[in-house]
Amino acid sequence: METKQITFIVFMLVMLGVFGYTIHRLWGFIGLTKAGFPIDKIGERVNLTLKVAFGQTKILDRPIIGIIHALVWWGFLIITVGTAEMVFDGILGQERILLFLGPVYKGIMGSGDIFAAIIISAVTIFLIRRHIIKVKRFEGVEMNKKKGWKKADATIALSMIMLLMLSLIGMNIGYVKLCSIGEIIGDSCDYFPISGLLIDLVPDSKAHLFHEINWWAHIALVFIFMNILPYSKHFHVMMSVPNVFLSRLDPKTKIQNMPSVTKEVDAMMNPETAFAEPAEGGTMEMPRFGVKDVEDISWQNYLDSLTCTECGRCTSVCPANTTGKLLSPRKIMVDTRKRMNDKGPSLVKDSSYNDQKALVGDYITKEELFACTTCNACVQACPVNIDQVSIIMDMRRYLIMEEANSPSEWNMMFTNIENNGAPWQFSPSDRMNWAEEIVMKA
Amino acid sequence: MGETKTITVPTMANLMAHGKKPEVLFWVGCAGAFDDRYQKVTRSFIKILEHVGITYGVLGMEESCTGDPARRAGNEFLFQMQAKMNIQLLDGYEVKKVVTACPHCFNTLKNEYPDLGGNYEVIHHSSFLQSLIDEGRIKVEEGGYFKGKKITFHDSCYLGRGNDIYEAPRKILEELDADLVEMKRSKANGLCCGAGGAQMFKDAEKGDKEVNVERTEDLIETNAKIVATACPFCMTMMTDGIKHFNKEEDIEVYDLAEFIDKNNDL
Repeated sequence: METKQITFIVFMLVMLGVFGYTIHRLWGFIGLTKAGFPIDKIGERVNLTLKVAFGQTKILDRPIIGIIHALVWWGFLIITVGTAEMVFDGILGQERILLFLGPVYKGIMGSGDIFAAIIISAVTIFLIRRHIIKVKRFEGVEMNKKKGWKKADATIALSMIMLLMLSLIGMNIGYVKLCSIGEIIGDSCDYFPISGLLIDLVPDSKAHLFHEINWWAHIALVFIFMNILPYSKHFHVMMSVPNVFLSRLDPKTKIQNMPSVTKEVDAMMNPETAFAEPAEGGTMEMPRFGVKDVEDISWQNYLDSLTCTECGRCTSVCPANTTGKLLSPRKIMVDTRKRMNDKGPSLVKDSSYNDQKALVGDYITKEELFACTTCNACVQACPVNIDQVSIIMDMRRYLIMEEANSPSEWNMMFTNIENNGAPWQFSPSDRMNWAEEIVMKA
Repeated sequence: MGETKTITVPTMANLMAHGKKPEVLFWVGCAGAFDDRYQKVTRSFIKILEHVGITYGVLGMEESCTGDPARRAGNEFLFQMQAKMNIQLLDGYEVKKVVTACPHCFNTLKNEYPDLGGNYEVIHHSSFLQSLIDEGRIKVEEGGYFKGKKITFHDSCYLGRGNDIYEAPRKILEELDADLVEMKRSKANGLCCGAGGAQMFKDAEKGDKEVNVERTEDLIETNAKIVATACPFCMTMMTDGIKHFNKEEDIEVYDLAEFIDKNNDL
C-alpha cells in the first residue's frame, strides 16, 4: 500500500467518525420527539420527490433565481458521481477507476466540468445577492439576532462550494495537462470542455504537483463540508430529499386530528363513561395537549426545522409578516432548531431535564402564533415542503388547551359555539330566518 | 315581471317525516344563515337548486357550526364535540352528498370529519355550479348584467391552496361573457383576505396594516369593477377593504352563485 493510500484511508475514517458522531447526536434528538403521521402511499411519495426535490418544481416558481439554483443542484448530483469515484480511487490507490464505463463516464465527467463552471457563476450571483444587492428576504428578526459564525453561515457555505468547484476544475486541468505530456495512459482526456481550454495555465513541470494539490484539496473539502453541513443551515443539501419524501400529503388546509382529544371527547359523550370515577389507584397521567417544547413536536416537525435553509420564501409571502406582524414562518423553523440545540443535549442525558424555559414563550411568543391565518402560503412557497402551519397550530393548541391563554374575543367565539352552535351570538332558532320570502320566477 | 313563486326551503326533518331522501344536503353554514350579506348568497344558491330541479334539503335549526374556527383557534375539544354532534346528525339522516357555499365548512366536512367517522361526498358550490353548467343544467344567458364588465376573482385559501380548486370558479365567470382579469397574486400565489385561521373572530395583532387592505390594493390595481368571491369570510374582508378606500361606489362584490342568479334573473 502506498503512503497516499494510507493517508487517504486514515483521513477518511477520521472524517466518517466525526460524521458518525454528528448523526448519532441528531438521532438522539429525533428520539426526543413524538410520533408523527404515518408514512404511507410510497408511490405517490416517490413521484413527489422526483418532482419537487429532483425536478425543483417549487423553487422554479421564481424562474430566474430558481433555474440558477436548479443548475447548482443538478450539477451537484452529476459531480457527486466523480466524488464517489475519487473515494474509490483514494482507497484503492487508483486513478479514475470508472473510466471503463467509456462514453457514459466521459459524458458524466464532461458535464461535471461544465457544471463546475456554472456553479462558480451561480455562487458568485448568490454572494452578490447576499452582500451587494442585499435581497430583502434574507433579512428579518430571526436572521439579525444570529450570533458568531452563524451570522456568516450562508457565506461560509457558499465560499466552500466555490472552493470545491475551483479545486475540481483545477484537478481536471491538472489531469488533462498530464495527459498532454503523455503521463496518462489509456485515456484520451478529450472530454473536459472547460478545463481542456485552460491547460496552458499550468507549466509542464508543475502538472503533477498541480493535479495532486487540487485532488487533495477537493476531496478534503468534500469531507470537511460534509461535517460542517449538519451544524449549518446548509444541512438542506442532505435533508431536502428525505424531507420532501416524508412530507404531508393531505390537503394543505386539513388540520391533523388529535386522537388524545378524541379519546376524551368519546368518554365524555358516552353516558356510561361520562360520569365514571377514575379507576381506583390508577394514576391518571394526562398527556400534554399541543406543543409546549421540543419534546412535544413530531419527528417530522424536527426534520422540517433541520431542512430549513432560511431562504425566506415563506416569510416573504406570509400575509401576517408582510403587513408588519411579528409572525415569520421562517423564525418558527429557526427557533425550533435552536431550541433543540439548546435543550436537546441535556435532555438526551436526563429525560427530566428542565431549564425553566420552553419553545412557546421563551423562543416563540403567543403574539406570533395568534397572527397566523392558516392560509398556507408559506407551505405552498417552501421549495422543500416544510409544513410551518402544522407546528404553529400545535403550539396554539397548547396555549388554548393547557394554558387557557386565549384572546378574549376567541373565548367569546368559543362560548357562542358552545351555547348557540355558531361563532356569533345568534340564537339557533333564528337559523332559518334567511329562508323567509325567497321569491323567484315560476 | 312574469309569474313568481315563493319557495319553501325543505328541512331534512320534514323530508324524513314524509319518507323522502334528497339528492343532496345543502350545508348552509353559520355565515350563510346569520350574516346579512351572505344570506343573499344562500338565497341565490337556493334559487339555482330550485331552478335546476335538484332535490335538496337543509338541516335548518339543527345545523351547528362545523367547528372550523374552534379548531383553528386551538380549541380541539370544542371542535371535536361539534364534529361528533354534526356527524351523528348527518348519519341519522343517512346523508351521502353535501354541498356548501363556505370553503371553511367544505374543508372541515370533507377533510377533517373522516378522521372522526364522518364520511360524505362533500362538494363546494363552485365545483357544483361548474358541473351543472358543464352538464347543461344551467344555461348562462347571454348579454346579462355582467357582459363586458371587468371582473377579477379572489382565491379563497381554503379552496385554492387548501383543496386545489382554482379552475371551477374561473370557468363559471368565463360563462358570463365578461372581461376576466387576474390580480398580481392569484391562484397558488393568491393573497389571503386575512380572515382564515379564526382571525375573523378577533382583532389582528399589532402591525403596519390590515391584510384585507393589502389585498384590496391588489384588487384596485386591476381596475376591476367587480370582485368575485367564493367564501363568506373573503366576502366580508373584501367588502370592508373596499370601504376602507371609499370605493364602494366603484367596486361590487358578488359570490359565484349570485353571478348566475343575477345574470339569469332567476
